[in-house]
Amino acid sequence: MNRASTPMLEVKGLRKVYEGASRTVEAIRDVSFSVAQGELVCIVGPSGAGKTTLLKCIAGLLAPTAGSVVLEGHAVTGPPPAMAVVFQEYGRSLFPWMTVHDNVTLPLKRKKMSAERREELVRDALAAVDLRNVESAYPWQLSGGMQQRVAIARAVAYEPHVLLMDEPFAAVDAQTRADLEDLIRVLWRKLGVTVLFVTHDIDESVYLGQRVLIMSHAPTVIMEDVTIDLPGERTQLETRSLPRFGELRKHIYSQIQIAKQGRKPAGT
Amino acid sequence: MSGAAALARRAAVVLALPLALFAAWWLSSAGSQSFYFPPLRTILQTFVRLWLSPDAMANVVPSLVRFAIGYLASALLGIACGIPIGASRNLRMTLEPVLEFLRAIPPPVLVPVLILFVGIGDEMKTLVIIFGCIWPVLLNTVAGVRALDEVLAETVRSYRIGKSARLWHFVLPGASPQIFAGLRQSLSIGIILMVVSEMFAASNGIGFSLVQYQRTFAIPEMWSGIILLGLIGIALSFIFRVIESWLLGWYHGLRRTQRAA
Repeated sequence: MNRASTPMLEVKGLRKVYEGASRTVEAIRDVSFSVAQGELVCIVGPSGAGKTTLLKCIAGLLAPTAGSVVLEGHAVTGPPPAMAVVFQEYGRSLFPWMTVHDNVTLPLKRKKMSAERREELVRDALAAVDLRNVESAYPWQLSGGMQQRVAIARAVAYEPHVLLMDEPFAAVDAQTRADLEDLIRVLWRKLGVTVLFVTHDIDESVYLGQRVLIMSHAPTVIMEDVTIDLPGERTQLETRSLPRFGELRKHIYSQIQIAKQGRKPAGT
Repeated sequence: MSGAAALARRAAVVLALPLALFAAWWLSSAGSQSFYFPPLRTILQTFVRLWLSPDAMANVVPSLVRFAIGYLASALLGIACGIPIGASRNLRMTLEPVLEFLRAIPPPVLVPVLILFVGIGDEMKTLVIIFGCIWPVLLNTVAGVRALDEVLAETVRSYRIGKSARLWHFVLPGASPQIFAGLRQSLSIGIILMVVSEMFAASNGIGFSLVQYQRTFAIPEMWSGIILLGLIGIALSFIFRVIESWLLGWYHGLRRTQRAA
């Protein structure tokens, strides 16, 4: 099989039901999609759409009730080595007792590589997210935006094939968010990594993605797979003022409104 | 210059009350004829003669060695048992009633029991200290491990961090603020039990000496022993704080930034 025909990531008939003592909750009904190598795909949906559940299933942190996740041809049964996750709560995903340098280094310790190579990866990753001279600082000494940069650097240094991001910029201010969005675009193009980016922000999904998957309200299905036919070179000011940006945004917005009312596409 | 002035002011605030109490004791007891409450001057002279001599080490050193062994052993045991109990719900449910029962037993009552089994030697005294000190460490470790952050735990999992790295770089440091809270409680319990265990059956130690002085009506000596215990307590808690601020520096810094936010 050649590369083009094998998707990097394939989600097939994924279903997740939480079995509680007194009641069961169907979080995800049926989700299928695939992501090609090097693609940047955004998943957008209303709050309560089971976005985090879906992402955890893909990351191998949560076992699906039915269906499967296939990464580079192998079924995901636990966290795969070729995947890195950036969580929303940067304050809770960095180790507060470790310096920035040690936070980025820790996941690399189990990988077989020389100490020089490891240091090189850490240095390059921190440089790639524009963090310099903070190696010996603790995460809590940095601003929120800088902390999320550390988390992104840790993911980058891990050299994943797929980068999963769970609403990573939901907790930072608007200006920082715009900077971080551009950083993700730059890293994605430079590293050629496949990115799956979960967000509730419609503008963010249109600005970042090549494709946007619109999720329904839980129990989740995919409402629509929208191709974002904006130019590859994107800037906050110009891209966001393109007429096409407005159209896509409006379209996704109306779909989300439908999703909020609990309606689902026909046949599900 | 202003730094030195601020330091001097702080020292003055910290030392003001102890110095005032010392002065009050000194002045009020200066002309005392009471057999039971001798002048502080006499007590301090006795203190210097009794406890600042090489002979005194024969009683001070054994006490401190028993305390150190008992305290460190209880810390190690408490942490080592607390981690698996904190991590496993089933283990917690199974052990909780037993732990509650054992914890409720006042450790000094074990002295006569342990004398039967292990005699009146150092083993008995060390075991009493361990039995008293282990509970705060164990229960706080359990609580600390239970409260480990879920997002951090998922981060550890998603980066496939190995078992020993998980323990050393996640579980232990994550639970360390609580573990230290337990260790701090155990410190004072340990000192109490060190003295109490020596009062029953012993041939040396500070507790033994105190009882001897009391029985022979050596009142200034008895008071000086009590002062010595107070000073040992202060010294141990000072050492404890130095170690804690070194290991938990990150935690205090984190708390400061959270409070400022």
